[in-house]
Amino acid sequence: MYEQVKGLKELPADEPLSPGHRLCPGCGASIVVRQVLLAAPKDAIVANATGCLEVSTAIYPYSAWNRPWAHSAFENAAAVASGIDAGLKALSRRGEAREHPIIVFGGDGGTYDIGMQALSGALERGHRFLYVCYDNEAYMNTGIQRSGGTPRGAWTTTTQVGPAMAGKQGSKKDLLSIVVSHRVPYAATASISHWRDLMTKVRKALSKDGPTFLHVLAPCTRGWRYDPEKTIRMARLAVETRFFPLYEVEGGVYRVTFPVTSPKPVEEYLKPQGRYSHLFHPENASELETIRKEVDDNYARIEKLSQLTGQLYGQKTA
Amino acid sequence: MSLQPLRVAALQGDEAVAEAVRQSGVDVVAAYPITPQTIIVEKLAEYAAKGNLGGEFVSVESEHSALSACVGASLTGARVFTATSSQGLAYMHEMLYNVSGMRLPVVMAVANRALSAPLVLNADHSDMMGSRDSGWIQVYAENVEEMYDRTIQLFKLCEDPRVLLPAALNFEGFILSHDKERVRLLDDEPVRRFLERPRPRHRLDPADPFTFGAMATPETYYEFRMQQSEAMETALHVFDEVERGFEGISGRRYGAVDAYNTDDADVVMVINGSAAGTMRAAARGLNAAGENVGVLSIKLFRPFPLEQVVSHLSRARAVVAMDRSMSPGAPSGPVSEDVKAALQATKPVMSVVYGIGGRDLSTEDGKKIFGMAKEGSLSGSRSVMYGVKV
Ligand SMILES: Cc1ncc(C[n+]2csc(CCOP(=O)(O)OP(=O)(O)O)c2C)c(N)n1
Repeated sequence: MYEQVKGLKELPADEPLSPGHRLCPGCGASIVVRQVLLAAPKDAIVANATGCLEVSTAIYPYSAWNRPWAHSAFENAAAVASGIDAGLKALSRRGEAREHPIIVFGGDGGTYDIGMQALSGALERGHRFLYVCYDNEAYMNTGIQRSGGTPRGAWTTTTQVGPAMAGKQGSKKDLLSIVVSHRVPYAATASISHWRDLMTKVRKALSKDGPTFLHVLAPCTRGWRYDPEKTIRMARLAVETRFFPLYEVEGGVYRVTFPVTSPKPVEEYLKPQGRYSHLFHPENASELETIRKEVDDNYARIEKLSQLTGQLYGQKTA
Repeated sequence: MSLQPLRVAALQGDEAVAEAVRQSGVDVVAAYPITPQTIIVEKLAEYAAKGNLGGEFVSVESEHSALSACVGASLTGARVFTATSSQGLAYMHEMLYNVSGMRLPVVMAVANRALSAPLVLNADHSDMMGSRDSGWIQVYAENVEEMYDRTIQLFKLCEDPRVLLPAALNFEGFILSHDKERVRLLDDEPVRRFLERPRPRHRLDPADPFTFGAMATPETYYEFRMQQSEAMETALHVFDEVERGFEGISGRRYGAVDAYNTDDADVVMVINGSAAGTMRAAARGLNAAGENVGVLSIKLFRPFPLEQVVSHLSRARAVVAMDRSMSPGAPSGPVSEDVKAALQATKPVMSVVYGIGGRDLSTEDGKKIFGMAKEGSLSGSRSVMYGVKV
């Protein structure tokens, strides 16, 4: 069982990630971490993939983490979590009280790309952990290179804009479908702009016995090219334009957790971001049109999946 | 002290390792199959299915994840084991440095096998020698009983708070991994008592939250590595203590090196692994016929038992170092380079490469190599490639 998060007042005053870390002002990833860990029990153990979050929060001899925290490499956070799970199980079986929630944080690079195999293996084996992909849609730590999570048309330092190419070619990998195909008990998308939704999803995920997954959009002021005070606004616009739909998949049943009935035009989300500025030049009009269509199709797909899986597996119990 | 009566069994090398791992009270095994290590993984999975393992068996999707899972498990304070070979060890390479740098006492069995391309299933030491500098304690076994004994000893050595380093137990694929030999097994209870320890103080524990795997800077990194290096030096002494303790429960002791007739010999062969036995047999044969030759088997390769090697070779009139791996473009292989460095040019060291990709080395070959050393056909600072077809 889990409790829905209703108001700020019910959250613990304790700060899981201390101020003074070296993430950028307006960094979405740090907000993801705070929201996730404030929703989780205090005795959680954290595993972290290499990336911005990791290099900026634990520079010896300092650490911002008020939770037991482990970083090993870029591609192996899910495998490290598997080992933590196995270790805790073995020690509990030997009579030591070692049952703790395990929460993994990995960037889009560490999840969509180089960490995909380790993630897939860990999901399939059924370890008990919550994997949180904070998705800033590029390899930000190494200087804004594209990842499998970079959206169509976005500029990065490896998908540049010129007469021969206008940003990332091809669409963003559908991460949640990949995760869902492992038949995990719970997987969801979430946005830091919709914190009650995000935190409730964390609690729901942690109530399950087995691997669970949260895909959270984490706007990046440096990589997306917008002013740092606009991070939450960017996250909200992504939801309100249907660019990043909020939904969950529980026991195979899809459900949109924040229905967007009258979406804002997708330009409202794209325009304030420097990484998309070239899309508003006349020669790239067709690319913009493709993006619009992909956004509509994706939302329609999720709505349809909600209906179909609801019929197939029965109405879900919220 | 009175010893338990021993159970004698005929076991393949891999089986003996698996049995030692079970008796060692391992908490987590994370491994991925590769010939010729596979029997270990299968045997441990069998124990797990029967409920005899005691710990968790994690059947991972790759060697990289095997060692990564070992990191996570070891950080909880659990006793951890894995096993691999050749391509698998190469695939783990990144994680080898991670485990030693995080000072995690992971024990790994390495059924030594040559590396692809071309793909070959048989033994040489190039897998482990390619990871020689990864900060792991490295032991080379000569026979199946030694594999069994060393597995138990290495948990004790690695977990010692003065050491806290990972260790690789090396044994040649097929030659030892699949060879069925007589093993005098210990009872579970003395092994359990030998390895008893409090849980490590530093581990993932919400009651006392530590940060593991922080980033370093040029201001701090060097000192981390220095501590690792010092722990290796300490391990040399703790190794001796562990061997003495193990002798107490088994009556068996090997040493960091094994010296056969090295004092005052005309020629001493320095070698590691199962071929040491072959070379000893060759030497015994020659000595029975009136020659005076010896063999120095380096069992503990990292930390390198420098003083022992120097003292055993100090009176030899000629020294030959034998490498079961190649270092293309280098003057000689890693064993030879270490022996040369140890002797500091006080005497010339001849160098031979043998047994590459599972090429057999017989006692007759051993005698021939001794003969070549005496007649001077091994001199020169480059390795002689023994047994290659021309
Ligand atoms: C095996 C390996 N390859 C490459 C790197 C270099 N590297 C470190 S972090 C990183 C990108 C991380 O991107 P992401 O996972 O999206 O996280 P972010 O930095 O954006 O938070 C890369 C390429 C590495 N550490 N390890």
